[in-house]
Amino acid sequence: MSTHVPAAPPVHMNRERFSPATELTAIATAQGLARTTTPFGTAWLATHHEDVRAVLANSTAFSTSGLARWRRPQSPVGDDVPEQDTSGILVSYDPPEHTRLRRMLAPEFTIRRMRRIEPRVNDIITDHLDAMEKAGPPADLVTAFALPVPSLMICELLGVPYSDHEVFQRRTAIQLDFTVSVEERVRAANHLREYMNELVDRQRAEPGDDILGRLVHDHGDELTKAELSGIAQLLLLAGHETTSNMLGMGTLLLLENPDQLAMLRDNPNAVNDAVEELLRYLSVVHSGLARTALTDITIGGQTVAEGEPVLCSLPMANRDPAFTAEGDRLDLTREPGPHLAFGHGIHHCLGAPLARMEMRIGFPALLRRFPSLRLAIASDEVEFRRFTPVHGVRCLPVTW
Amino acid sequence: MNVSADHARCVGAGNCVLTAPQVFDQDNDGVVLVLDSHPPKQHWKATRTAMLHCPAQAIVINDDV
Repeated sequence: MSTHVPAAPPVHMNRERFSPATELTAIATAQGLARTTTPFGTAWLATHHEDVRAVLANSTAFSTSGLARWRRPQSPVGDDVPEQDTSGILVSYDPPEHTRLRRMLAPEFTIRRMRRIEPRVNDIITDHLDAMEKAGPPADLVTAFALPVPSLMICELLGVPYSDHEVFQRRTAIQLDFTVSVEERVRAANHLREYMNELVDRQRAEPGDDILGRLVHDHGDELTKAELSGIAQLLLLAGHETTSNMLGMGTLLLLENPDQLAMLRDNPNAVNDAVEELLRYLSVVHSGLARTALTDITIGGQTVAEGEPVLCSLPMANRDPAFTAEGDRLDLTREPGPHLAFGHGIHHCLGAPLARMEMRIGFPALLRRFPSLRLAIASDEVEFRRFTPVHGVRCLPVTW
Repeated sequence: MNVSADHARCVGAGNCVLTAPQVFDQDNDGVVLVLDSHPPKQHWKATRTAMLHCPAQAIVINDDV
């Protein structure tokens, strides 16, 4: 695999361990938007909670499909990006096409539907904890727990054979790794799409009792094969990359804050607020897709001209003093506010109810099973992901 | 307090159902349902939180009614 490792990721993706890096906090202005350089060229960067909300809420003025109006995207090291099929990738759709696809998927993630699958989430978590216990310490918490739990769950929900997980986990990881050459990332994305195309063919021949099967059954005439495989590819990626990084990096954060870890472990009533605080504090998605202004519009006192791109820093917004006091401090008892870790507006995370349930069950179950859980390496040796759109730790060696 | 919801705006995130289950539910398509358009006072705080947390700004509260 050819790799180009730039010195630092783009500023909006730059962190120091859990927190926005100094380079990022330094360019944020007291009010309004900052200017930043991205792989796509220069962009506005919203860092204030109010401004991020204003941008993400306004799908009339801001498009996620607007990349074509921007300069041709480039990798951080300047490679041209080959064409990529975005059919079905609903985060890059604007209304009304977005509304059409989102409406088809919303029934799959209702709270009622989540309650129905809750026993299965419990079983998957128990099975993985059993396996960890049986194998004995030490373990890499990412590969033993944080990654396989959400990955297995989204596979079952979608109708993707989990036995293929090595195929798609490796390709997803390549696709999201900005240190890998753009050609290889696009090749990985195209391989994933081929894999999904075959899966869609099988589902079309014999629809299963799962999301893909129901989409084929209920909306088969309205969706192209490319849309179906794009939807599957996006949900598969979003379903395991996000929650797995919350579980992995969240556990590290808790291990470094033993009083708060004990509170979450021992007090079932504290779990829901604690998960919201972990979501706020870690905000694993740096920014989501860039928005392109479809018209001249003023955000935070700054005029954004038609065609200009805007990035939204979710971790910065979620630590904004105007949103919450002492946002740089982790406080699992903090009263949850409307944080933006799942985004906001029409592209708000479709799987948020699933992610919340996996974390509300997963964190306490892990901490209760292994009350003496601790790092197996020095805290400063834990390697954080640096060039991916979703923040996290590469691996987390633990013992108990 | 009078509570209503804009079904066309709703994106089915389910935040309201988790925050104020006495006041909100979702239909089978994930779209918000207002169970109690005049909730009793003990649910006002949760209802306001649900409005604030709604990613689609689909919940409308009128305090004058």
